[in-house]
Amino acid sequence: MRHAARDVISRRGTGLASIWRYIFAGLGLAALVVGVLTVVYLTAPHSPQGPDTSRSKKTANGLFVASFEPERGAIRQGELQSWLLTLKTAAGAPVEGAAITVSGGMPQHNHGLPTSPQATDYLGEGRYRIDGVKFTMGGWWQLRFAVSAAAGSDSVVFDIVL
Amino acid sequence: MRCLAHVASLATLAALVLLGGCGKPEFSDAEKKTIASLALNTLPAPKADTTNQYADVPAAAALGSTLFFDASMSRDGTVSCSTCHKIDRQFQDDLPQAVGVGHTNRRTMPLAGVARDPWFFWDGRRDSLWAQALTPLENPLEQAGNRAAFAHYIKKRFGERYERIFGPLPDLSTVPANASPLGTEAEKAAWNAMSTGQADDVNRVFANIGKAIAAFERSIEPQQTRFDRFAIDLATGAKPEGDAAFSPEEILGLKLFIGKANCVTCHNGPRFTDNAFHNTGVPPVKDLPPDRGRVDAVAQVQADPFNCFGKFRDGDASACRELRFMVKDGQQLVRAYKTPSLRGAAARAPYMHAGQFSSLDEVVAHYSKAPAAVEGVSEVHPLDLSDHERAALVAFLKTLD
Ligand SMILES: [Cu+2]
Repeated sequence: MRHAARDVISRRGTGLASIWRYIFAGLGLAALVVGVLTVVYLTAPHSPQGPDTSRSKKTANGLFVASFEPERGAIRQGELQSWLLTLKTAAGAPVEGAAITVSGGMPQHNHGLPTSPQATDYLGEGRYRIDGVKFTMGGWWQLRFAVSAAAGSDSVVFDIVL
Repeated sequence: MRCLAHVASLATLAALVLLGGCGKPEFSDAEKKTIASLALNTLPAPKADTTNQYADVPAAAALGSTLFFDASMSRDGTVSCSTCHKIDRQFQDDLPQAVGVGHTNRRTMPLAGVARDPWFFWDGRRDSLWAQALTPLENPLEQAGNRAAFAHYIKKRFGERYERIFGPLPDLSTVPANASPLGTEAEKAAWNAMSTGQADDVNRVFANIGKAIAAFERSIEPQQTRFDRFAIDLATGAKPEGDAAFSPEEILGLKLFIGKANCVTCHNGPRFTDNAFHNTGVPPVKDLPPDRGRVDAVAQVQADPFNCFGKFRDGDASACRELRFMVKDGQQLVRAYKTPSLRGAAARAPYMHAGQFSSLDEVVAHYSKAPAAVEGVSEVHPLDLSDHERAALVAFLKTLD
């Protein structure tokens, strides 16, 4: 009780000074938090789950080398586009007659693809047209290809960031 | 009280010093890029609709507009397209659920920019504007007509205009007055008794009715808004003047819209829609029939004889990629509905696919709270926006009017 009363009196007497004390304390605390967060961020190992936007990579079990590019240059958000998936063996030979299924979505949004892309044509030299690809929003997309060919079955995930 | 006032003025002062001292620009370069992508001047002209060879034929659009406003295009002569799509109300009706001949279970959608939609209705159960236009004509709760009656009516009332656009009308003298595969039991029986040739003839006239109405609807375009004037000035570095200048609250709302509140994730591009379907946990309306959204629309669009794969399509099947590559199943379709454009939304309450929310405040509160969906999984996550932030978002949405 006595303490509380004294507090009220002192606040009334030196209201402005104590407000500045609060502000400085607040700023100091904020600076400390920023500092700690910076250290945590800088020393944290960079997440291996982040997007890997390379357009050419080995399939999961190293059976094929896959590359994935838009058929006509640029990615245009909101448009149905065709892409080319090129499959080579580890030795560099084109993969013919592959059965390809496509799945995917946005890992950070917990939703799948807005369309069902399909391998529609074989264009020779290991190149397959993947038609019906559409990215309806900005962010991190994943397209996963399951590939079955004479050499065996394997899969590969491409990350696309808009 | 004096003490509080001091605190408030000091806090304001401190904020001003901090902001002003850093010389922080109003928008980052990334924000400016996003804002520019929303402006109406980035909206391309509607693409040609090769499935409707009359889409850009003025005489077809003129006939379509006549039909759009013609209440004789209904069972009882009281309902036209314009009954729900009111020309002076952004082509919608301000009702939670549309009322035609009967009471429907869905909110009327406005029509501005509709020619750019890949899918129609809230659930995308039609895949072209002309196929969409045919559906209410026979829905017993909307215009409640039947295609044989429409074909007879066109011949009697608009024969000459029709033939100048679409060529000779078929001989309908042996076609029953009322017949449709979707009508009453008597109409279905009459339809089934018709020859294949007769059915084709009627379907062809019916499809052309849709194509004429679609040609008219293609001309309905979104208008420039305060936001667009603001965005153009921001992009060109000009100082927004007059009503193009945004208040601090509108600027905060815009920043939230493209930032923390994630609205722009789905409401993107110059029409503020990604043209896709999402479950956002919008609650069902009591006493309406069960409504599962997109998941039930897939079979409907596939079964529609007027879809892009059907024989009434003009041009070739290369125009049918949306239908061909449509997602046909999966949890994400359950209670998923089309992202509506936000242009003009502030002036057309109520909101959502069955008019669930009566104000933008309720809409923003829903997305801030992000309740779980009654069925399926909601894609939105709680934002916990403050009262001030929610009000700012609403203030920004009003600049799209
Ligand atoms: Cu997403």
